[in-house]
Amino acid sequence: MDVMPESKDPDNNVNEAWSCVKNARMQSRPQARDYIEELVEDFFEVRGDRCLGDDDAVVTGVGRIMGKSFTIIGQQKGHSIDERKKCNFGMPHPAGYRKSMRAIAQAEKFNRPILCLIDTPGAFCGVEAEEKGQGTVIAEHLSFIAAAKVPVISVVIGEGGSGGALALAISDKLIVMENTYFSVITPEGCASILFKDASKAELAAERLALTPKDLLRLGIADCMIKEKQDFAIENMDYSVSKLKKIIVDYLEELEEFSPEQLVEKRYQKMLDMKGFS
Amino acid sequence: MELFKENVEKPDGKPEGIIQPEFLKCQECGRETLKELVHGNDSVCVYCGFLFRMPAYKRIETIADEGTFAEIDKTKKSNDPLSFPEYKDKLKKARKNSGLNEAIVCGTCKIGGHKTGLAVMDSYFMMGSMGQIVGEKICNLVDVCLKKKLPLIIFCASGGARMQEGMISLFQMTRTTIAINKMNDAGLLYVSVLTNPTTGGVTASFAMQGDIILAEPKALIGFAGPRVIQQNVNETLPEEFQKTEYLLKKGMIDGVVERKDMKDKLGKILSLHE
Repeated sequence: MDVMPESKDPDNNVNEAWSCVKNARMQSRPQARDYIEELVEDFFEVRGDRCLGDDDAVVTGVGRIMGKSFTIIGQQKGHSIDERKKCNFGMPHPAGYRKSMRAIAQAEKFNRPILCLIDTPGAFCGVEAEEKGQGTVIAEHLSFIAAAKVPVISVVIGEGGSGGALALAISDKLIVMENTYFSVITPEGCASILFKDASKAELAAERLALTPKDLLRLGIADCMIKEKQDFAIENMDYSVSKLKKIIVDYLEELEEFSPEQLVEKRYQKMLDMKGFS
Repeated sequence: MELFKENVEKPDGKPEGIIQPEFLKCQECGRETLKELVHGNDSVCVYCGFLFRMPAYKRIETIADEGTFAEIDKTKKSNDPLSFPEYKDKLKKARKNSGLNEAIVCGTCKIGGHKTGLAVMDSYFMMGSMGQIVGEKICNLVDVCLKKKLPLIIFCASGGARMQEGMISLFQMTRTTIAINKMNDAGLLYVSVLTNPTTGGVTASFAMQGDIILAEPKALIGFAGPRVIQQNVNETLPEEFQKTEYLLKKGMIDGVVERKDMKDKLGKILSLHE
């Protein structure tokens, strides 16, 4: 079969999936540090993994949301060209995931909830990253955050690129912003591998089930937050005030459970994600 | 006349009664060897030691004590959850090629007399990619191990998450991770054996979560494939990059084990953890 089938739902699906991908990648979109600025009071940044170095693609620290202390872990792409280079375009190295694990360990020690802000095209692929065990460190991170004995709330604020994003997505509650995506592979990568044609990325985007609506339908995401048109730092307060309220509500709900119950519930939530039957 | 009868030609032109020798060409040294010779040598090239890919059942035959393997979830099949273009055809082909319903075979067996859970991935089935059913079968096998207090051995061989099942595949990394976490909580041993190739989402989940991680010689093991890295960084990759021996040097695995020694080694590890 060489001919690709047309979209089943030409009215919205193709365009919607592809526009989610394009919007999620817009440089003007608020990034993790912008959310921290708008959402978090008294933010104190915690740096370095105490072993390999400090990875600017991952921001970690402690701060208050509505008076409550949180551990914040975010992936930062950078706005200016200099910042983007410094942040490696939001593609964390093993040091970034190690820093994140350090932050999770501290959250457990001080019994603080964790807020993750997801925005990465994917974990960095390179010689050094491989040598320092990129696969191993993501595997460890998955295991570590899944077993964290404190509430974990994650928000997809931009790109959710495969395993590199998944590391921060194992949570009790997953919130998705309206114009974002979360995918097993980039639509371009999928199109060039499976369809041998990178220009079929739009079709791939549609079929990969990567939009916030797909994530809600699959039971992966718990809620979606609307964005203003031309969502940008200047008008993010509208969405962030909603986000703040949902985070606080979710936290209240999660604080009902003992640490052991929390982990058990998180395990069950993840194990129940069987997909369609 | 009886003598000649045996050589009567069949309609396809091949003489009846004479077995046509089948040869396998080695990717590494290029030499051809009789298929039987290769198979009798644990699918290892008799000239250069290159490891041919090993089908799951063949692997189980070389690892499990004879007649002890009891398979679970044998008939579980993926059902193309996202109606992904061409996926149904690919599944059909994969089933035909491998003789399996999915890219992993799971069950319990004895190795050197020690009871264990055993999962073997098969790269002849869509390059051992992990979708919903692969994840589910691992979770189900872990449940059996937890119930019966058994250790677990997984032979990994995978190109990563199966793209055709989208996010459902990605979240199998989570499900398998949690399954392994449960093994850890229960104090049960998990040994991961990496075979050629082990990459992507499988590397970034259960393949690298073993209490002990072994690997076959010269296997390709990594998060990203070498081609992707080459494109990305635009520099020459180090020699033996992402190969077993390189990973051993970098401290990522516990040992390189030849096929002929694998069963003994696993038996010893199981006995040490009893």
